[in-house]
Amino acid sequence: MHFGATRALDGVDFQCNAGEVHAVLGENGAGKSTLMKLIAGVLQPTHGQLRVDGRDVLLNSPRAALNHGLVCMFQELSLVPDLTVRENLLLGSPGAGIGWLSGDSLARAQDVLARIDGAQIRMGARVSDLTLPQRQQVEIAKAIMKRPRLLILDEATSALSASVVERVFGLVREERDNGIAILFISHRFHEIEALADRVSVFRNGRRVETFMKGAYDYKEIINMMVGQKIEELFPAKIPVGSDAEVVLDVRNFSWDGRVRDIDLTVRRGQIVGLGGLDGQGQGAFLMGLFGLLRKAEGTTAIGGASTDINSPKQAKQQEVGLAYIPEDRKTEGLILDQSIRENLALAALGRPDLDAGDGALYASSLEQLALRHGGLDLPVSSLSGGNQQKVVLAKWLALKPRCLLLADPTRGIDVKTKTQIYAMLRQLADQGTAIVLLSTDYEELIQLCDETHVFFDGEIIASLNGDDLTPENIIAAALNVAPESRAAHG
Amino acid sequence: MADYMKSNRREVIAGVVLVALLATYLGTHPRGASTYVMTIWANQCLILGLAACAQFFAVVVRGIDLSVGAVMALTNCVASYLLDGSAAGIASGMVAVVIVGALCGLLNGLIIVFGRIQPIVVTLATASVFVGLALLLRPTPGGAVNYDLADAVTLDVLGIPTALVITLVIVAGFWLPFRRTGLGLGLYALGSSEQAAFQSGINTRFIRLAAFTLAGLFGGLAGLFYSFVTTTGDAGIAAGFTLNSIAAVVLGGVLLRGGVGSLIGALAGAFILKTIASLMFFSGIPSLAQPLFEGLILAAAIAIGGADVLRARNKLEVFS
Repeated sequence: MHFGATRALDGVDFQCNAGEVHAVLGENGAGKSTLMKLIAGVLQPTHGQLRVDGRDVLLNSPRAALNHGLVCMFQELSLVPDLTVRENLLLGSPGAGIGWLSGDSLARAQDVLARIDGAQIRMGARVSDLTLPQRQQVEIAKAIMKRPRLLILDEATSALSASVVERVFGLVREERDNGIAILFISHRFHEIEALADRVSVFRNGRRVETFMKGAYDYKEIINMMVGQKIEELFPAKIPVGSDAEVVLDVRNFSWDGRVRDIDLTVRRGQIVGLGGLDGQGQGAFLMGLFGLLRKAEGTTAIGGASTDINSPKQAKQQEVGLAYIPEDRKTEGLILDQSIRENLALAALGRPDLDAGDGALYASSLEQLALRHGGLDLPVSSLSGGNQQKVVLAKWLALKPRCLLLADPTRGIDVKTKTQIYAMLRQLADQGTAIVLLSTDYEELIQLCDETHVFFDGEIIASLNGDDLTPENIIAAALNVAPESRAAHG
Repeated sequence: MADYMKSNRREVIAGVVLVALLATYLGTHPRGASTYVMTIWANQCLILGLAACAQFFAVVVRGIDLSVGAVMALTNCVASYLLDGSAAGIASGMVAVVIVGALCGLLNGLIIVFGRIQPIVVTLATASVFVGLALLLRPTPGGAVNYDLADAVTLDVLGIPTALVITLVIVAGFWLPFRRTGLGLGLYALGSSEQAAFQSGINTRFIRLAAFTLAGLFGGLAGLFYSFVTTTGDAGIAAGFTLNSIAAVVLGGVLLRGGVGSLIGALAGAFILKTIASLMFFSGIPSLAQPLFEGLILAAAIAIGGADVLRARNKLEVFS
């Protein structure tokens, strides 16, 4: 399989057996997405052969793959935004052609939704009105109602909260026990730990090794993936005194009843995490700080100076100095059809003190993030997900922001890129940038953040730091159940 | 029900506007709500309604069909040759007229799908071709259509205008069941997100081909009905109907970006547009000023349809 001048997959032999969960690991660009697309009929191999049940098959369209029972839940969502949940499920139901669609399989989809905590998703709701996690839940239901023989889960749970992920896993294990083969792609080690039976590691378009789970430990697997030693994923935390200079200070932030009375302080050298289940107000809070919400209340002070922010254009000016990395980089972070160079210039445009066309603005952050690209004039859509995120970061870092707001910046990104982003965030914090990091990955909230605020129903239900910053405490606070050791505040 | 109202908001607005306009029209008309007035009104509305249906099928798959009027002109001219004589001849003539329309649409679709050329360019070109053919058939307006049949289709059934009965048949007999088929949903899927449609295992080429063929078929139906109303063939009707069909679908809540709207909305939009024109006729506004007022009303109606953007508390929702 070739992509341009580079081979996306090179002489790969790969097998997946019925009744097992087979995890596929690798950095972005390692070839795992290409492999999945081959199996799902989106791409065709330039050399080589696919076999299902020992017979050679030609998968020249997703429909052909479906007919062989190969079902893929793509990382890029395959739901049609303007149709309702019911209509989307009907479209994907087995045997759906151009004729009359029967609702027979809807019951199964509803059953699946109920089991993965999605019972409140109304069948008549438009998909575009659903939140990202709800869409993923519908995707999962849509995939399972097709009664697959092989189910590919490509970052299928990336936006889901830990408790829902656990329910999805329960469902996947049940399907496995019924004899279904499952290919599982995730960048979260604890998910692979929890679910996989066998693991295959890919690197640079080749399969490095396949082994039973437990044969290698965490560190050895990472080394296999990157081909070199990475001592630590996360940079060391440097303790910050309570007298350190306050960079960002938010008081009584409220919006539309969905976010209530949020107070937040970020000191020099600190990275502050925002956790919680999805849609508890933490995402809206970040948007509000960046001037994306109408009629938000509260005061924001940066570097001691009180500011009033009503639009992103205002927020990015030098005297305010805010930058916001949105959750959905493909629609809100980048203009996919424009070149890398043009995308980089987008944030600096409209800043009278900066020359957006000056490549020197971006050079240092691109170098530090080690952006891999085939030329800055190629469209940004030609980059892998991790490299796209680097472009989003670099375009904002060119403004030298005083406060950086990040909404789940490492979702669906490979380990090596994550490490680069972590190192960069820590360095920025040390240089005096206030960093607020919203994350759905609690390892980030624990390992990278100095303090983590957990949101529940629009309020901060717990603020954790030091030894209290444990997975148990974060999950307990996110679910608003009494934690074992400490009292929640708020 | 609340869900239905919410997700079909645009059609509901269009329906309310139509009822209000019709009430005003019938109230101001010197002869009131008589069968005669209703029949003439319904005939005019249905011609544009069918053209709007044709435009709808192109727009819903994120395309546009600039040949709707041309297909009408061509089928109208064909009809002026075929719709007279024996009963069997007329029957097969009607089928032939609709098939000509469908073939025009299929040609558009083939060029768009296999030539990978934007619909706006393709249909601009084929529109000239279709009008050219129509002019060859009827250099000057003329021909004849069987009067008995024309009366049957354009008068009334038990006091109800036949045109309204036809509209009802299209909605209840064709559209509502069609909406539940794989093809029906596929049209929306393709217009809303081609990538998602492809990944869901939908044959996107076939769907697009089908959409443009349906557009041609409804263009043919519009040409056929126009022939019954006017009983002559005229190659010069293309331009007005193409632009009005686009205005009608927009007015009926069909988004030009594709994937949103319904045939009911397209019909309602066409009926609104024609009702406005009829209102103008009786309002005493000088006829030369009528396009100005029609345009203002059209702009205002579209602005009202988009007003709910003002309610969005999250500024990003304005763009979606």
